[in-house]
Amino acid sequence: MEVGQLQRSFVEYMASLFREISAFAFVFVVILDLSALELMYFAVLIQKGFLDAQFSQLQQLQDDSNPDFVVEVVSLFFEDSERLINDLTMALDQPNVDFKQVDAHVHQLKGSSSSVGAQRVKNCCVPFRNCCEEQNTETCLRCLQQIKQEYLLVKNKLQTLFELEQQIVAAGGAIPMVQ
Amino acid sequence: MDFCSSSSSTISSHEEPHVLAVDDNLIDRKLVEKLLKKSSCKVTTAENGLRALEYLGLGADQEHSTNNNGSKVNMIITDYCMPGMSGYELLKKIKESSILKDVPVVIMSSENIPTRIDQCMEEGAQMFMLKPLKHSDVKRLRCQLMQCQ
Repeated sequence: MEVGQLQRSFVEYMASLFREISAFAFVFVVILDLSALELMYFAVLIQKGFLDAQFSQLQQLQDDSNPDFVVEVVSLFFEDSERLINDLTMALDQPNVDFKQVDAHVHQLKGSSSSVGAQRVKNCCVPFRNCCEEQNTETCLRCLQQIKQEYLLVKNKLQTLFELEQQIVAAGGAIPMVQ
Repeated sequence: MDFCSSSSSTISSHEEPHVLAVDDNLIDRKLVEKLLKKSSCKVTTAENGLRALEYLGLGADQEHSTNNNGSKVNMIITDYCMPGMSGYELLKKIKESSILKDVPVVIMSSENIPTRIDQCMEEGAQMFMLKPLKHSDVKRLRCQLMQCQ
């Protein structure tokens, strides 16, 4: 669900409740509304398993000395994952697949996704490693497909989350912290 | 009662402990560095065992006298699974060194394998921790390092 759509339906609902408020209060409501939206969106991501508690750990590490910490780490995760997915694609495309190499890449991806809280990507890595052990190219390729899908999904969700945060900051608010 | 020992790894409460963090994964390196800095530690990172040993002055071609980084490091925290030299092999090299054998070495791993844990503890590891590390894990480590209540 796209950010604009989420925002519009929420704002309409809020506006219908606060029909006669002043401009200042309305801005306050907009900020609250965006913050509430972000919290809601984040809660949905956790509930659907895209992110786990480790992501909250990352958020708690962010502070004034490093206000972009989460975005930086997640950007590194995107770069790292895309590189690994490419390497996996190439490795599985060889006539004689080096399953040890494939397993090493999956191990890296499991580590990174676990460290940022990308739970569904991490969970795809476990069966993948089993397929490597069985040295089965076909099942490995299926696992790789799964990983690509889950990675693209979580990337999209995280980018939406960051967009929401940017909008809150732009509106003059502070990013809500979830404990 | 005296709470300070004469080993080089003890620090007083107003000093920042210097930790060497070793991990081949860039994201994990960034995370462990942030976690340690948040617990008021000075951090140096290394991407593998060889680089770590070089930093500590234990590299293959190094003379101990030209590098005293080792004596400044209060703790080493290393990942277990690394290409080339594993965290376990790094632990062994450190414990074999007359200069560094008393520096506490913590091993991190994403896998909870009892034989692996036993192996590391028997070789003299201070602690074995499961990844991903949490703020509470690092706080606990920090307290241990401080040897204070």
